[in-house]
Amino acid sequence: MRKMTYGQGIREGMRTRMLEDPNVFIFGEDVGKFGGCFGVTAGMFDEFGESRVRDTPISEGVIIGAAVGSAACGVRPIAELMFIDFLTVGMDQLVNQAAKMRYMFGGKINLPMVVRLPAGGGVGAAAQHSQSLEAWLTHVPGLKVVYPSNPQDAFGLMLSAIDDDNPVMYIEHKAMYAMTGEVEDEVKPIPFGKASIKKEGSDVTIVTYGKQVFDSLKAATILSKDNIDVEVIDLRSLYPLDKETIFASIEKTHKVVIVSEEAKRGAYTGELAAIIAEECFFECDAPIKRVGALNTPIPFNPELESYVLPNEMDIVEAVKALF
Amino acid sequence: MGGIILKISNESIIEMYTKMLKIRKFETKAMNAFAEGDIPGFVHLYLGEEAVATGACANLRDDDYITSTHRGHGHIIAKGGDLKFMMAELFGKETGYCKGKGGSMHIADATKGILGANGIVGAGHNIAVGAGLAAQYKGTDQVCICFFGDASTNQSTFHEAMNLASVWKLPVIFVCENNGYGISVSQARHQNITDVSVRATAYNVPGITVDGNDVFAVYEAVNEAVTRARKAQGPTLIECKTYRHRGHFEGDPTVYRSSEELEKWMKKDPIPRIEKYLVENSIVTEEGIKTLNGEVDKMIADAVEFALSSKNPSKASAVEDVYTDIVEEARLR
Repeated sequence: MRKMTYGQGIREGMRTRMLEDPNVFIFGEDVGKFGGCFGVTAGMFDEFGESRVRDTPISEGVIIGAAVGSAACGVRPIAELMFIDFLTVGMDQLVNQAAKMRYMFGGKINLPMVVRLPAGGGVGAAAQHSQSLEAWLTHVPGLKVVYPSNPQDAFGLMLSAIDDDNPVMYIEHKAMYAMTGEVEDEVKPIPFGKASIKKEGSDVTIVTYGKQVFDSLKAATILSKDNIDVEVIDLRSLYPLDKETIFASIEKTHKVVIVSEEAKRGAYTGELAAIIAEECFFECDAPIKRVGALNTPIPFNPELESYVLPNEMDIVEAVKALF
Repeated sequence: MGGIILKISNESIIEMYTKMLKIRKFETKAMNAFAEGDIPGFVHLYLGEEAVATGACANLRDDDYITSTHRGHGHIIAKGGDLKFMMAELFGKETGYCKGKGGSMHIADATKGILGANGIVGAGHNIAVGAGLAAQYKGTDQVCICFFGDASTNQSTFHEAMNLASVWKLPVIFVCENNGYGISVSQARHQNITDVSVRATAYNVPGITVDGNDVFAVYEAVNEAVTRARKAQGPTLIECKTYRHRGHFEGDPTVYRSSEELEKWMKKDPIPRIEKYLVENSIVTEEGIKTLNGEVDKMIADAVEFALSSKNPSKASAVEDVYTDIVEEARLR
């Protein structure tokens, strides 16, 4: 085992495949000498050169579009958007092109591309640089969506993302880049659609992903003092979704709280709640609860921001309401 | 036409003429089949613009790429698309290029470098840049022709793609089919320029305007651009002035343009023009033209027969091909 930050996990995933496969390359805003806005590609320009670690103009549409076009022509691009919020500028290229080309063309063109999407709040970046937009992506047939919560998963999910022959949206929580964790000496690709149980428990299931895994584990510690034994499931992959692990846990606990950092209205947690209600309703002996951000843009003032974003106490409260 | 000293063989000229005939007759058949209710959805016909796709694609190899538009049939035929698979796709059949899941606006053929017609105006610009990037990255001398209309040059994608292709010297040839209209809005009402090629200046890229109804003029301009692109000298913007004989889509009453304007352009119809050239220069006799017409008529009839005799896709296929490795949930009915 070795220690690594979340950002290093992402980088090592990319480096591993770039060392093995000359068809893998990365481009985006300031990913070159500058090393990326969050330092994730630091050192890669010097290691792999200008052709494989390319600075683009500030043009999110063509960053995604060039990934689509080049992936269709036999290479395996990794496109970095500096912030997930900038997806809005390139949304056509993602939703109408990347997600649909394979289907529209009768399965005859594959798009092995990864789009890296730094997301989430808590860093004082205000409304246009702090959003959690995973629901936009999980809504679109043709995209896969993953969201690592720790360095080991960041590494392993990146390997799988690059290996995948479909467009993979790789969401990174930017408040986690500096978080450290243990990483295996030899990291294997983590298959998509396999959740990870971060803590076993018997009284209530928390289904979550990304940074909220940490908040949920904190909440579980607090709740243990009230003798509430929480199981915490880290989805890791939002689509494909590991329904079996969720349902098996609910069959054991009969209570579920779903946690994300999204504005609650129209959130991916709503889809998860609907799936549980449709397919696992009779196992629940309490309402399905959701925890999310307030339905506002993310405010700048740190006190306001932490008020709008969910924290461990919101999770504690949601769990207690079920008992 | 004919003013240019051509460096093309008579065989290539006859091949170009045959391609133009294929497009003309394919589109005429599609027009009639749509009117008879045999083709669902929308159909945007390329009638009148045949010289652009033909003259441009005559410079390409099978391993070169094109991106196309909603008005894509002509580009696909010019790049070597199979008439049978195209017609079957228009009819929505399982033997179609896209197994009946794409239709007129989404025909692609990866084996011929056809990266798809496209239902989103301007979307092909960025995809073409991606194709050029792949070629440059792999170190091949492949090129990509990006076809688009005058109105799509008002989309942000045009700016992003031209800029990046220029900065990275990508092997992309931007071929603008200026047919004077963005759906119903004339060029004068959608952009305050007459020649789209002037926009090349903003990117420090060569820009040229040619008669898009003169297949040789298109060929020559694109030939120079392809040569530059293969030598890693970057992109070119070529504007081809042309006109669509039909409305934006079939069923468009074309109230926004005059019959005088249409008549003026019909006099510049690219097909009679090349036929006149072929006969006057003794490349093909009038009898030979009749023979070629008959041969192409037969190909179109065969394509229609292929489409009509093909099956509709199975319902189960609707949930396939979204991903390489996941079949989505089906309905019980």
